[in-house]
Amino acid sequence: MTNLEKYNEAFTATFEIAEEQLKGLQYQDIDAWDSVGHMSLIAALEDTFDIMMDTDDIIDLNSYEKGKEILSKADYGVEF
Amino acid sequence: MGKIWNLPQFADHIAVKDEFGRQLTYSELHAESCRLAEKAGGRCLVFSLCRNEIGSLIGYVGFVNNGIVSVQLSSHLDDALLQNLLAAYRPAFLWVPVDQAEQFEGMEAVYSSFDYCLLRTGYTGSYPLFPELGLLITTSGSTGSPKFVRQSYTNLLDNATSIAEYLKLDSSERPITTLPMNYVYGLSIINSHFLVGATLLMTDKGLMQKEFWSFFQAAEATSFGGVPYTYEMLDKLRFYRMKLPSLRTMTQAGGKITPELHEKFAAYAKEQGKNFVVMYGAAEATSRMGYLPPERAVEKKGSMGIPIPGGRFRLVDADDREITEPFVTGELVYEGKNVTLGYAVCGEDLIKGDERGGILKTGDMAQFDGDHYYYIVGRKKRFLKIYGNRVNLDEVDRMIKGQFSIEAASDGVDDHMYLFVTDGAYSDRVRDFVIAKTKLNPAAFKVIVIDEIPKNDAGKTLYKELKQYYAE
Repeated sequence: MTNLEKYNEAFTATFEIAEEQLKGLQYQDIDAWDSVGHMSLIAALEDTFDIMMDTDDIIDLNSYEKGKEILSKADYGVEF
Repeated sequence: MGKIWNLPQFADHIAVKDEFGRQLTYSELHAESCRLAEKAGGRCLVFSLCRNEIGSLIGYVGFVNNGIVSVQLSSHLDDALLQNLLAAYRPAFLWVPVDQAEQFEGMEAVYSSFDYCLLRTGYTGSYPLFPELGLLITTSGSTGSPKFVRQSYTNLLDNATSIAEYLKLDSSERPITTLPMNYVYGLSIINSHFLVGATLLMTDKGLMQKEFWSFFQAAEATSFGGVPYTYEMLDKLRFYRMKLPSLRTMTQAGGKITPELHEKFAAYAKEQGKNFVVMYGAAEATSRMGYLPPERAVEKKGSMGIPIPGGRFRLVDADDREITEPFVTGELVYEGKNVTLGYAVCGEDLIKGDERGGILKTGDMAQFDGDHYYYIVGRKKRFLKIYGNRVNLDEVDRMIKGQFSIEAASDGVDDHMYLFVTDGAYSDRVRDFVIAKTKLNPAAFKVIVIDEIPKNDAGKTLYKELKQYYAE
């Protein structure tokens, strides 16, 4: 699986949604992405890429696109 | 003089501030709330759809303080469930966010303030209200049960006074909202802080949002409250590393926190010179019944503490005899002026008086230690706390059977509900249905397909036998 596929799967599995819904998806756009869902998403991303995210990044990750940007940073080094 | 708070005495002190820079002094809050109460035209029943916004607060304060009985409901409540409640109680008005007003066709908007509006329902034949009845709170906010807790003015004032005393609150406090206003724990923070002239920091944003923490830091919040799940999230956020010099106190209620997290937060508080206060309560006791004094938070890990000022705990055995030995389990009974009047299940019940006489059998099983500190060890009734929300399992069973006419049973532990069905074809539909009705995050629900729902000869479900299917 490519990193993008893994990244997408963290979202689709956590929120139980289809891949088509990911583009432009933002925090609280869907019921499943509330604070509880956010915590599950972070756990899924950390497991998938074997990283530990900083507090600032956890609360900054408020959209599907923003997450890619954050994980691409040197701290985590995930290439998409 | 209002029913609960004397707002004008704090004059120009800020009562509430929101993340958008809007604020109201105590004089302004008083004026706004009186104006709203006037528009409602005297004592009547109102349904409030709550958000953590200034408009919602004006409604709460305006109604309670001026003798209007409000039912505090979530603004996310399922529409069909809300319609049931309206039919059962026939309120004279609704106080709703302006952006939700259009869902109430045919109701006339008679007043609007701070993005909230007052809708006249047009229902005829309102129900008479018991004179001491002050506020109505749902027992199971998420399933839309028509069962409400009837709280009196004395209940509200007594509990708020007690909380302000044991938390040593004064006008320099700035609590930030982390709990909804349809939830007694959230209301108790408002109730107690407005008695002492403190400043409420209001935001609908959550712990997982950057805006929440920016507002927290800019407005220098001094305290917040959280349910066990809140503390799990804070732990995950590596809260201990955040720089929050203004923070003085963290309170915890709404279910039992794990001993591990209790220890972590108590230790953090001790190191940082802050207070971590574990508390215990229920809507049936207005809000709070017990608290663990922060100076003993580390030492008494796992305990919910001692009774609040003015309250009394005792444990009784199955024959209602008082337990006097430490470390013996019994049902926890609470006595105090904050024990509410009783329940209502329909409009006719709103005239009922005090049915409890200041004594509440909590339904929680507890023990006390040698110092008379109390520990909750289990629950008598069939409900779970899911992310701090009480969900009645029997109600869930009824809803599933009502919707699908199938064999089903629900069980579980806090934050994890298991839905048992015998026909795998219904798995997804049952789960989706319960998620939609409770509006709780799907992560809490799992379906387990079994051959047969275990029952006794009388046809009663044997819930204990379901426990083998999930790790407790």
